Order: sequence, then structure tokens, then C-alpha cells
Amino acid sequence: MSTPATDEADPIPALVGFTVVLRHAGLAITTDRVAAFVEAVDQLDVTSRTQTYWAGRLTLCSDADDIPRYERAFADWFTPPRESGRATELIDQRKPPPPKLAALTSPSGQGENDDASDEPQLLARASGTEMLRHRDLSELSPAEREHLRRLLALLKPEPPQRRSRRLRPARRGVPDARRTLRAALRDGGEFRELRRRDTSVRPRKVVLLVDVSGSMEPYADALLRFAHVVVRRAPASTEVFTIGTRLTRVTRELRMRDPERALAATGRAIPDWSGGTRLGEVLRAFVDRWGQRGAARRAVVVVFSDGWERGETDLLGAQCARLARLAHQVVWVNPHAGKDGYAPVQGGIVAALPHLNELLAGHSLATLERLLEVMARA
Amino acid sequence: MPDPTSSPTALAAALRDTGYLADDGLATAAFLAMRMHRPLFCEGEPGTGKTALAQALAQVLGAELIRLQCHDGIDASQALYDWDFPRQLLHLRSLEASATASGEKLDADLVEASLYDQRFLLARPILRALRTVPSVLLVDEIDRADDEFEAFLLEVLTEHAVTIPEIGEIKAESPPVVVLTSNRTREVHDALKRRCLYLWLDHPDLAREIEILHSRLPGIPERLAIDVATAVRKMRQTDLLKPPGVAETLDWAQALQLVGARHLDVESAAATLGAVLKYREDADRVRAQLDTLMAS
Repeated sequence: MSTPATDEADPIPALVGFTVVLRHAGLAITTDRVAAFVEAVDQLDVTSRTQTYWAGRLTLCSDADDIPRYERAFADWFTPPRESGRATELIDQRKPPPPKLAALTSPSGQGENDDASDEPQLLARASGTEMLRHRDLSELSPAEREHLRRLLALLKPEPPQRRSRRLRPARRGVPDARRTLRAALRDGGEFRELRRRDTSVRPRKVVLLVDVSGSMEPYADALLRFAHVVVRRAPASTEVFTIGTRLTRVTRELRMRDPERALAATGRAIPDWSGGTRLGEVLRAFVDRWGQRGAARRAVVVVFSDGWERGETDLLGAQCARLARLAHQVVWVNPHAGKDGYAPVQGGIVAALPHLNELLAGHSLATLERLLEVMARA
Repeated sequence: MPDPTSSPTALAAALRDTGYLADDGLATAAFLAMRMHRPLFCEGEPGTGKTALAQALAQVLGAELIRLQCHDGIDASQALYDWDFPRQLLHLRSLEASATASGEKLDADLVEASLYDQRFLLARPILRALRTVPSVLLVDEIDRADDEFEAFLLEVLTEHAVTIPEIGEIKAESPPVVVLTSNRTREVHDALKRRCLYLWLDHPDLAREIEILHSRLPGIPERLAIDVATAVRKMRQTDLLKPPGVAETLDWAQALQLVGARHLDVESAAATLGAVLKYREDADRVRAQLDTLMAS
């Protein structure tokens, strides 16, 4: 039907051009995927719109979340008949969307500290570290933020562990008949030693849910950096989601080694940055789509939120109860909990409180270190 | 009958004959999986027919279905091959005994060669699939296995061969059709997905679900099929903890048929609700609004 190729004989430029558009739309397109796509089209009928659609969807998507983006890009690229005489553009001229997080990582505030920030911090860096550990994350100057970023990167979280059901070869434990026999066979049928096996430990799953709504904005950057450190330490057993008006999975973005690139990618992935919160609904989306299927089972679930719930708090309470039934531990981290005169009276936190294992503060580096201890013990 | 592997449409028709109703995407996916010799990675809600697809494909191709159910801690000796140690030991002992009786001296090399013979090799699902032609290998619920197992699977699925140190490489004459399924309890590593065709399966639409009911439960009254499919569809739209899949629809229709219902009414629905909803909260919720569910 209508591939926008001007050269009728060769549809490949149009197909490859399409994959470039997809890459800009945020799909993880690699060269071997492009090759598979072209091969798939080759097996099918390139003039059929449905078959081209399916060839691409099967080879270029790798997640259910990719499919809506793929559909938009496909409709965009293959539908409108382009003006004849124009060659297919191989390179998408559009700029990738700017990272939304830049606003947070670059000097914040309206220059309130511009002149004051230079001298004092540089003079007292060593003792500053100790003070900085207890400062509220939302009240830092740009220079302090920079320093904090480096301190965060130095954290060494210990992933929590669980006992595995499987037995592994060990020095002590129950006799392992199979390995003993195998060793004996190797030694010509002589039983030289009794092999044993014992229970082992495996990393316990960790799920971090970070509230990125407007009221949490001053903390979101630091909390996501904290999440990056945790993910990098145990990439296979850690999942991170952001919650706001919707649920966004950012684990893939945060697995990048470099914190700046990881944070920039995360910022691009979050569509509801500093909007409202619908804690209950988003938490339900998490439990339905991920938690119940296994992500939260036996896991340590940490919710970073101030508990401001605009919607019904009944729903939030019910979802926290579900989460508590699935998870090994549910920890709520509230940046305001460490402040003087704090009492858990906001609607959301009242509803959630009966189902939590712990309610912790999370407004400073010291409190985040404390959180790591709680997680490691879990 | 035309060759089912000649085009996606022919394959869809052949699948339909086995009672599996495939839409365009699914037929194209299965067709490409066979043509490009790539594993087909099926992801989707539980009960959308991921496992059934492999069974239907095996039936269409007249191939043996070999199933590998993944679980926490599965390893190569359960998936690939293992040596039958007790039998090897028995063999060794009997060789020794006969040598002592006849006074001959045993040739060490010969004994060793006879120990690592094919007859002491226990072929587990993957090796069996490589040696059986034609075959369909179903790797079920890959998300339950560990990451290490994925890495190992990657090697086997791209090379279509395994190496056994004592015997050598065993390569498939023609690669088996491989179907992997995942319920998305965790994300499968991208390296594995990259080598597969990715198929996301959704719940079928109303017309197709009615069709599925007819094809799977021959003799179901037309009215009952329509009622059940409509009611299930409505259930999926109200938010439930576990929306019913096609498997639940079939169970429910069958249960209703067994209690002798010709159409869906409040009493028979309430009595058989356990076949379609598996959570107390869900059942309570639906029971409270059964009459709106019936109204079409």
C-alpha cells in the first residue's frame, strides 16, 4: 500500500527511517532489531499495511508499554501520503525532548544564594559534610546540592536477603547423597568423604515507589538519586516506580551507570512531573499490574511520599492493606516526618498507617542512611 | 489442505481447525517464528491463551509438544540433560564383578567410554526438543526462573545446539519451534527479548470470545455463550483484583452448562461464580451488582 518511499524498488530506506523515528519515541531499538524487522518484512508482504505493522511490532517492541508508542509512530510514518518528489528523510530532524529534570539539577531557587554559596561552603567542607548530613534536602544551596550528590553516590546499600528454599553445597548441613555418590564415582567407587548441603540466602526483592507530585518536588531529585544508588547496587532485584497522577516504571532508566544520564533519562520518562497526586489510584495500579503478579511478593516495599491524598483515603487504606498482605515489609518514608511538631494526621497517612511496618523520616542524608539500615535488616 | 506454513492466513486457518482462534497478529507472529527460526516470546494477562498457542501449533505441525515449566531455582540439569548416576554405578559394578569372575583385566578406556554412553544420558526437555524433529518447545513462565537460567537459555536458543563434554555437540537437524511465555512478574532480560519475536496478548473482543466458547465447548447454547461472554466483558471493566481471563470464561460456561443453565440468570450465576472469580473481594463485589451484569 503506502510506504512513503519515493524509490518504489527499494522499501528499505523507509523501513529504516521508521526505526529511527521509533528510537526517538523512546523504544530501545538496536541494530539487530532493525535487521530482524527487515528480515520479517521480507518474509511477509511489504505492500500490506497490516503485515508491515505486525512485522514491526513483533520485532521492534519489547514491552507492553512500547506498544502505544509504536502505534502512534506507525500511524505517523506510514499513513499520510507524502508529497511526491521528496526523498525519505533518514534522519529525524526533530530534537529529542529536553530532559525535564534539568530544572531541578541546575541551580535552583531564584538566585537567593548565588553570592553567599561560594565562600562559606568551600571554607568548611570537612565539617560541612557532617552538617550536611542533617540538613533538610529542600533547603540546600546549589553548592550544597552538588556536594550532597557526591555523598549520595558514596552510599553503599546492603541489599536485604531472604533464605532460599534451595539447598546448596556447603561445608556443613544435611548429607548430599547425590554429590557424595558422584564424587565416589569419580574416585573409582571409593567413598572418601561425605558431601553436604545447606540452605542458602538470595537477594530479597526491593520496590521503591517515589512520589513526584508537586508537594514532593523539592525532594524528588535527591530521592531519585538515592533510588539510582540502590538500583545500581542490586539491579536484578530492585524495581523503582514514580507515582503522581499515574504510575511510571523507571527501573530501566535508573540502571544506567552514570547518575546524570540515568536521572536525565528518568526525567524524560516521567509524564506527570510535579503534578497532583492520586496516591490510592496509582497504588492500586501498581498492585494490580506489578505487585500482585510477583514484584511485591516477599519484597521490601518503600513508599516515599508525604501522604497528601486528594482523592478518597478509603481507597488508599485498602490498597496499603493489599500491599501489606503481599509484601514482606512495607516502609513509608515521609520527608515531613522528621520535622518538629510532625504528627501523622494527613488523611492519606492516617489511612495507610495501620498497614505499615515502619514510618520513617526522609528529609536528610542521615535519615536516608537510617532507611538503608532498616532495609538491610528486613 | 494447503501447507499451513506457506502464509499467515493459511496458518490461521489451520489453527482454527484445531479449535484455536488466532487473529492477524498472532498468526503473523507464529508464522514469522517458524520462518525466521526465532523464539516467540508471548507476554500478557494470565488466561489469554499463551500456553494454548503452543499446544495448537504442535497440533498443526503434527509435532511433539515438549514443555519446560520454569520455577525458582531451575538449572541446567533439569532443563537440558543429566547423567543417570545410579545406573552408571551399577554398570561399573557389574563390569568389575564379571572381570573378577573370568579373571580378565579391564581396559580402562573402554570402561570409561561405555560409562558415558547415550543410554546413560537422561534427556531433559531442551535436549529432547533438539533431538525430536519436528517438535514445539514450550518454555512456560520464564519469569519464574532466575536470571542465570535466562543467560543459559539464550545460548541454547540462538545456537540450537548443546555441548555435552563427554559426547560432543548435539545440534538440531531442524530447529524446533520455540514458544516462551511470561506473566510479567518481573522483567525478562533485554538480551533474551532481543533474540525473540515479542507478542503481547490481550483479552479477545466480544465476538471472538463467543466464537472461542463455541469452538471449545461444542453444544453450548447460543444464548448462554453470548450471555457469558458479555458478562465476563463487563466484569473486566469493573475494577477487580483479578479480571477473568479466557480460561475462566470457559470454566464458567462449562460450570453453567453442567448445572443445566440454558441462559444466564441471577441464581445460576451466583451459584457458579466461583468458577470465574477467585478472590473473595471480587466475588462480593460482583454478587452485589449481579442484576446490572445480566442486563444487556
